[in-house]
Amino acid sequence: MGKTLFHKVWEDHTVRTLPNGQTQLFIGTHLIHEVTSPQAFGMLRELGLKVKYPQRTFATVDHIVPTNEMAEPYSDPLAQAMIQALRDNTKEFGVTFFDTNTGKQGVVHIVGPEQGITQPGTTIACGDSHTATHGAFGAIAFGIGTSQVRDVLATQTMALSPLKVRRINVSGKLGPGVYAKDVILHIIRLLGVGGGKGYAYEYGGEVFDNFSMEERMTVCNMSIEGGARCGYVNPDAKTFEYLKGRPYSPQGADWDAAVEKWASYASDADAEYDDVFNIDAADIKPTVTWGITPGQAVFIDENLPLLDELDSADRATAQEAYEYMSLNPGEPIRGTKIDVAFLGSCTNGRLSDFEEAAKYLKGHKVAPGVKAIVVPGSQVVAKIAEAKGLDKVFTEAGFEWRGAGCSMCLAMNPDKLQGNQLCASSSNRNFKGRQGSPTGRTVLMSPVMVMAAAIKGEISDAREVFGVQVATVGVEGA
Amino acid sequence: MAALEKIKQVSGRAVPVPGDDVDTDRIIPARFMKCVTFDGLGEYAFFDVRYDGEGNKKKHPLNEERYEGATIMLVGNNFGCGSSREHAPQSLHKFGVRAIIGLSFAEIFFGNSTTLGMPCVTVSEDTLHLLTQAVESHPESALTINLEKMEIDCGGNTFPCELPPAAREGLLAGEWDALALLLKDQQDIEAVADKLHYV
Ligand code: SF4
Repeated sequence: MGKTLFHKVWEDHTVRTLPNGQTQLFIGTHLIHEVTSPQAFGMLRELGLKVKYPQRTFATVDHIVPTNEMAEPYSDPLAQAMIQALRDNTKEFGVTFFDTNTGKQGVVHIVGPEQGITQPGTTIACGDSHTATHGAFGAIAFGIGTSQVRDVLATQTMALSPLKVRRINVSGKLGPGVYAKDVILHIIRLLGVGGGKGYAYEYGGEVFDNFSMEERMTVCNMSIEGGARCGYVNPDAKTFEYLKGRPYSPQGADWDAAVEKWASYASDADAEYDDVFNIDAADIKPTVTWGITPGQAVFIDENLPLLDELDSADRATAQEAYEYMSLNPGEPIRGTKIDVAFLGSCTNGRLSDFEEAAKYLKGHKVAPGVKAIVVPGSQVVAKIAEAKGLDKVFTEAGFEWRGAGCSMCLAMNPDKLQGNQLCASSSNRNFKGRQGSPTGRTVLMSPVMVMAAAIKGEISDAREVFGVQVATVGVEGA
Repeated sequence: MAALEKIKQVSGRAVPVPGDDVDTDRIIPARFMKCVTFDGLGEYAFFDVRYDGEGNKKKHPLNEERYEGATIMLVGNNFGCGSSREHAPQSLHKFGVRAIIGLSFAEIFFGNSTTLGMPCVTVSEDTLHLLTQAVESHPESALTINLEKMEIDCGGNTFPCELPPAAREGLLAGEWDALALLLKDQQDIEAVADKLHYV
């Protein structure tokens, strides 16, 4: 029987079995940011410990940076204190910091890949639950808490219980106007927000083979929203192509050896999985959430579920969601008025997201009364997008073009919903209060769907708004 | 490092916090995470659940006088999902919570809580229902979670509960915070690093 990538990476990184049965796992790459690291450095100081492999930790600042006011000191003294603490800590402990003046700052899960730090066959940890994003490269990447950030800083290891592996195959071809975001929202809808508990998700099949690295990242990013501890795609030629020539990628003679090694980590053809789940791409349509968990989602042309259509275990949360969202069972989600449109985040804040969105937005205007913002995931993304003139497409349509950061994905910077505003968002969480107002409402969707909502001022089917041909399944070539 | 307490049981009065999929944004809203220490997080636990926009107390068990001082929370399914923020269990711990009884827990939250010595045990739906009823009618009486027997004592009745073996052994042995173990025999860590292709 062959092995999965997960098992190969786990074996190569195992230091020992701990008395409680957990594995002490070596963490090859550690990413940190300003929110979950200061307490960890504080604990190191208290214990008189050093960072064991400072060259294996990389820092950036993302959650708290205001994306419309880049000059320091920030008007929020707490935000200023946090960025300063990261500067001081990385300096004292000898850790590389992609500060705001380096041209490399951005959301940690966008910076790692674009710098070539994220590599196949490695273990990655970061004090942030969307660390699974890095799994797109065939890395095993864990979101961790602050005590574990401390553990990794002090020992470059952490204690973990082994996971089962669920292979998720998406076969066939996605229809026009259906994106990676729809794939992962669909997966979570089917398997549930707790369905991945105890699992690593291995994504594969024709759809993933055809996906770009950025699309793979979008899916892996939301693994945690399905309850999985990590998610990954096996490395292939596209992975290597993406990494070639990046600042931290192996260079020169080391490159070929690295590629050979990376390829060897891919799951064997006869690998054994604890579970296999198959999805047909043709069944997936543009998907939006309607509730307060990412699993509460429908296709854009569906009506919202009636309570008695739902699993009895899901009804109470659904009821709560309907009340919170001011939506009604049985009604369409299409046509729901929006107040804010947000394109950005570590799910959909990369260049290809902006290119695809701009392609459709061009020549349109944001509906009156809608606040619309685009936030590049990193300074690198911003620079390339500006060089391509994408920023102009957005601003001409009525979007604000911002600096790099997490922005309205969560409420740790000045970008917040007000009152019960409803936001069409390309981010990953629609939890109550997630976007900064305790009564604010979030509807998750793909970047192109955010564009459609922004233009129409209501949740819309982007395929109709932009006249994208909807192929009738099955008649192709008939 | 100082030796950790062996946690064999947790006793205290309980408070039911109903609902499934209670995420860590709800346990500690992100705006309260602008801090460089965990001190002071206790007062913000479940802030938007407990207070309205004007700072008035909302109707919620955590605001009820009869549950004041409770140290055990009764929760539903997938508690602690979402963000990996340790600020969530830290705020509960600082709020006074010492153990959580629920139907199921999100993994990162579970691990973070265990590392604070705050056990998260699971029970069946029936048990949760009975415990909730008992706590609602007698909020003044204490529950005891016994981690050696994996039992919850509630007014003389006992109910089985579960905890994954790794967490249970860690708590019983006073090794719930792994750092001391991870720091041992560092040459083994270095040996793994040396044979990896990229370190
Ligand atoms: S963009 Fe959103 S999900 Fe991603 S790291 Fe920032 S806050 Fe977290």
